[in-house]
Amino acid sequence: MIELRQLAKSFGPNRVLAGIDLDVPRGESLVIIGGSGTGKSVLLKCILGLVQPDSGIIRLDGQDVTRLPRDAFLGRFGMLFQGGALFDSLPVWQNVAFRHLKDGMPRAEAKARAIETLARVGLPARTADLYPAELSGGMQKRAALARAIAAQPEVIFFDEPTAGLDPIMAGVINQLIREAVTQLGATAVTITHDMTTVRTVADRVALLHDGLLRWVGPASELDRSGDPYVDQFIHGRPDGPIAPLR
Amino acid sequence: MILLAALARLGAWTLGLLAGIGRFAAFTLGALSHGLRPPFHGREMALALLQIGWLSLPVVGLTALFTGGALALQIYAGGNRFGAEAVVPQIVAIGMVRELGPVLVGLMIAARVTSSIAAELATMKVTEQIDALVTLSTDPTKYLVLPRLLAGTVSVPVLVGIGDIIGILGGWAVATQTLGFVSTPYLRNTINFLEPLDIVSSLTKGAVFGFLAALMGCWFGLNSGRGAMGVGRATKGAVVAAAVAILAANLALTKVFFAA
Repeated sequence: MIELRQLAKSFGPNRVLAGIDLDVPRGESLVIIGGSGTGKSVLLKCILGLVQPDSGIIRLDGQDVTRLPRDAFLGRFGMLFQGGALFDSLPVWQNVAFRHLKDGMPRAEAKARAIETLARVGLPARTADLYPAELSGGMQKRAALARAIAAQPEVIFFDEPTAGLDPIMAGVINQLIREAVTQLGATAVTITHDMTTVRTVADRVALLHDGLLRWVGPASELDRSGDPYVDQFIHGRPDGPIAPLR
Repeated sequence: MILLAALARLGAWTLGLLAGIGRFAAFTLGALSHGLRPPFHGREMALALLQIGWLSLPVVGLTALFTGGALALQIYAGGNRFGAEAVVPQIVAIGMVRELGPVLVGLMIAARVTSSIAAELATMKVTEQIDALVTLSTDPTKYLVLPRLLAGTVSVPVLVGIGDIIGILGGWAVATQTLGFVSTPYLRNTINFLEPLDIVSSLTKGAVFGFLAALMGCWFGLNSGRGAMGVGRATKGAVVAAAVAILAANLALTKVFFAA
């Protein structure tokens, strides 16, 4: 479904992506792991066109994304941002129903659908009329997840979905992501360095380090990959081929 | 060698400046071009009108009122030196309508609205809300910038018109209450002295200043750096740029309208 070929991106002298080749088949939940600042978010943003890659090809269903109509292309995606990125100036239901409202759905119907979607992520109807600033961190994440899945996208990107959450809330979010992907039948790409998230949501795992994918394999193989980068990362060892930033 | 290095730095600076001017021009023209292409975000436009126009009324009114009153006192005191105290109504009117009304309203809008727009958009950028808009198939320029530019251009002339009237009334109140002027002749002199061009120039300045104030807020906000410092710098830069642009535009427009 998504194909990346020799995708490269640098910011000044800092080479973030150095020729990424990756295929994500339809319906798969791929988790990309890697240390902070290794370009995981940049990779997702390149696919969505939020960051312009320096070189390489991105294809969706075999078509070069630069040749696809932008609105229609983006309409196939949902994204959960690291900090939620809910619109402060809009109540929660308008955040969740943003795309429906944009597409001209009557407000009453859009609100009803938003409340349904909020219920799917465990938020009560009374939260619909609140503003994002009135929600706790975990509730904001759920509301952002509701926005990401509201239009039933074919592909969902999750950027550090559990960052900043307590372990219980992180577990709830992981479960919701897994359910959302399974129920919607969506293709999912999650980036994280939380190993609980990896083990809960991943069908396949890719390790990004130094601008390259060092290892790609099934989640079930993660513990016996035999790859020194993967071993160091999943066990959180300070010594190994990945030099920690001190 | 040193000369070459200095020339290289100058060249790089010049290229950077030209690139910046080009980006700013492209941003402005791009934003305006959205005004010709649907969809239009009516709700955002209404909110921007409320924020920029309606909610600025108190600060604009108070500024104009105090300035008009102070202007009457100054003109009376200055005119007294050569026996020209009687010109207070005329000079207050011309001073407020041609110059102080539009400039003070413009500067108050720069302080209140430009800072607010820059801080809001910069925060949206820092918290990835701008990226989120894009992923929801919404052009941030059309959704965030155009409504603010239109609201600034439409509502600030109205604020200037109201500010002009309140400023004149401030001068009238001070003149009649403390300087011994009689109300009806004061107002008659004011109205008779003003010409249509004075009012046209005042409102035109308001439209240009409103546009500039909103434009600077949007430009600096959407181009802010990261974190709280980035938001702070964007806000400060926007207010300074808007104030300077308004004062420069005021000189240019005054020359266009009134240069002999």
